[in-house]
This record gives sequence, structure tokens and C-alpha cells, in this order.
Amino acid sequence: MRKLNRRTRVLLLTILMALILIATYAAGILIPESAVEADFMATKQPPSLAHPFGTDSLGRDLFLRTLKGMSVSMTVGIVASCISAVVAVLIGIAAATGSKRVDGCINWVIDLVMGVPHTILIILISFALGRGLKGLLVGVAVTHWTSLARVIRGEVMQLRSQQYIAVSRRFGKSSGWILTNHLLPHLVPQFFVGLVLMFPHAILHEASISFLGFGLPPEQPAIGIILAESMKYISSGMWWTAVFPGLTLVLIVLLVDRLGDNLRMIIDPYSAQE
Amino acid sequence: MGLEAKNIRFRYDRRQNWILEDCNLTVNKGDRLALFAPSGYGKTTLAMLLAGYLQPTEGEILLDGAPLPLKGVCPVQLICQHPEKAINPRWRLKKVLEESGELREDVLDAFGIERGWLERFPRELSGGELQRFCVARALMSGADYLICDEISTMLDVITQAQIWNVVLSEAEKRNMGIIAVTHNRHLANRICSKVYDLSTKTFL
Repeated sequence: MRKLNRRTRVLLLTILMALILIATYAAGILIPESAVEADFMATKQPPSLAHPFGTDSLGRDLFLRTLKGMSVSMTVGIVASCISAVVAVLIGIAAATGSKRVDGCINWVIDLVMGVPHTILIILISFALGRGLKGLLVGVAVTHWTSLARVIRGEVMQLRSQQYIAVSRRFGKSSGWILTNHLLPHLVPQFFVGLVLMFPHAILHEASISFLGFGLPPEQPAIGIILAESMKYISSGMWWTAVFPGLTLVLIVLLVDRLGDNLRMIIDPYSAQE
Repeated sequence: MGLEAKNIRFRYDRRQNWILEDCNLTVNKGDRLALFAPSGYGKTTLAMLLAGYLQPTEGEILLDGAPLPLKGVCPVQLICQHPEKAINPRWRLKKVLEESGELREDVLDAFGIERGWLERFPRELSGGELQRFCVARALMSGADYLICDEISTMLDVITQAQIWNVVLSEAEKRNMGIIAVTHNRHLANRICSKVYDLSTKTFL
């Protein structure tokens, strides 16, 4: 068999990763509520064939609950990172194309948000908005746009000084035309890679905030909630309630992180031909 | 009338020295003027001022008695020294050419631009090939004046001759004014009717 070249291999790997992520997400949604209901005949069971991740103190199957929790966490991650990526692009462009004062103001806000530890800021925002899904989404979105906004701002500033932009102006092209035709094609890869790499951050913050009790309500099967519950029983020897959901979280986050790296490798023109 | 530079002075910053001082120059349609000076006398700066890329600190650039238009296709087009900087690296070359206006087959043929190149990215062509695209783009914009800022310095002699032949015949056909910035005295004498030395501010 002919050896596949590196680009094709990376592409196939990326598609496979995306499929696994979509499958996890879909599984979480498709699993009915009844499958994770309490079953007091089967409480605190260690992992077995019937229950691959074991059961918790209420007899709920941890494997299905983890999957369901993962899809809730992924929703939070996707929505929050999408919001913050869009905000980052808009603010980044505004900073780079606006007046010096606008730029200074935006930079000050970026420094401010970056200077405060994320977790504390998310807790405050989530608490102020009455916790739950909404508070978490807003909290994660508000704190995560800064680094991407900086990257976009730098990129636009560098592009604006390019000769071909000046040439385009002398051909009578408007600023709007230059923005959509010259600037945006350069920003699309930054946007997508930034979006994908923001996702692990968002999901981990969601889990940690829920774990601390400031995020999702306790009846929702989010990863953070599952981990927080498991802490109560870990001293009594129920190791599986913490290990498997934790491992799943780490695996999914690693998968998305690698997906982002691969995406960058495929899109970036300097490694695109390898 | 024509393209005039009147008492031009230019500096980038108030704390810096003047790059250009009391520069006066007139080029009419159909004229071919060479700008000649050693490095550092502001040849490129003058070229950018004349094409409207920069605004003079003092003095004015007039086109037929009026300031250069800020909107629409500028009738004075500049071709730069480095084609790879004047072309968006993410665009296919077809789009690069279409940015200035209609694609003209006769110009493409005159420059020996193969149709297959149009679908490629700038990275996949050599500097000489890219420079042909830059010159073709400027010609297709329908400009009345062409400012060539050392457009052939980095090319081999054959390509150099080919590009200048096309530019000169097109200029003759459309009665364009040409300002050629160059280090090369022989080239200046060959292609232009007048040579202006920016270092001594005299015609040679």
C-alpha cells in the first residue's frame, strides 16, 4: 500500500477526532433521562460489564451519566467559546482600526480582564447572574476573549501597514471592500484555531466552577457536579466515581486541543504543503 | 498642466530632517522622465508622494491643476520595487489582476503571462513573474500616469527588456506619462527622453 503523505494523515486524524467528539456529544443527548435514574438495588457497585464506570451512591450508571454530563459541558464549552471568539474578533478589529484612544481603552480592558484570575471572575459573574447555565455561559464568555482579541489586533495592525492594502486603496477600493477581501481571509484561520483552542479552557472552567458549587445546579449531570459528588465517597473507597469521569474529561479536552493543533497545521500556509 | 509637484517638502516626523526639500517637477502626458539619484536621496519617497501614497508636509501635488483624487481609481499608479509585497499572499493571481479592473487578454499576452498562472498563489511564482502581474495590473487600471519605482532592478536583463518594451509601447499607444525611478544611468537614457537628478536637482 502506498504510504499516505503527512498532510493526508493529519487530515484523516482530524476528521476522526471530530467524529469522536460529535459522537460523544450526540450520545449524551440521545441517552434518555430514564437511563440515569436512581436505582437503589444497585448502589455503589464497582465497574463491571453491566456498568463500565460503576454506579454512584444512588445507583445511577456512571458511564451514561458521564456521557450525559460531557455533552452538557460541551454545550457550555462550544457556546461560550463561540461567543468569546466572535467578541474577540470584533474588539480586535475595532482596536486595530479605531483611533488611538479607542485602542488604548480596549487594551486597558484587556489588561484588566487578564489581570484578574479567571476562576474568581467567573464565580463573581455567575453568582451575580443567579448561577445556572446562563451565569456560567456569560462568565466564561466574558473572561476568555482577551488573548484572541490581542492576537487579532496585532494581526490587523500588521496587515494594515502592508503595501498591497495601500495599492488597493489607490485602485479606488473602499474600506469595507478591503476589510472583507484583504483582511478577513487572513483572520479566518486565526479565528478558527483560536476558537478550537479556547474550547478546552472553557470546558475546564465550567467543570471547576460547577465543582466548587457556583455553576450548574446539582441535579444536572455535568462533569463538575459528578466530580464534586464523588469527593464525598472517595474516602470510603469508591475510587471509580472520581477516576472515570475525570479521565473522560481529560481525554475529551486533550482531543479538542490536538484537533486545534492539527487544524493549525493544515491551515497555516507555512506547513500546509508538508 | 500634467502631473506637477510644487515646492514639495517632506519628512515623516517633526523631529527628523527633511527627506525632500523644495522639489519641483512637471510631467505631461506622453512625457517620459527618469528620476535618478544615489541611494537615500528620496527617490522612492517622491514616487510615493506623486502617486498619493503619502501626503507632502508642505507644497502640493497637482494633477491638471487639481489635487489628486482621493476616491476612485487614481489616475497616477505606482509600481513598486518588491512585487511580493504588493500582492496579497492569500489571493489567487486572477483576483490580483481583477482588482484593478477588466482582465485584458492583449496585456497578458504581451507580458507572456501563461493562463495557468492565473489560478496559482503568489508563493508559487518567481519575482520576475510576479512583477509582470504588478505591471499588468497597473496598466489595466487605465491610469494616465505610471510611476515605476525601480521595477526592473531585481530582474534579469531579458525580463527587464521585455517588461519595458510592453510598458513603453502601451504608454505610446495610450499617450501615458511615465516616471521611471532608477539607479541605472544607461537604462534611464534608453527609455526616457529626460533624466532628472534628484541629488543636484538638475536635468542631465
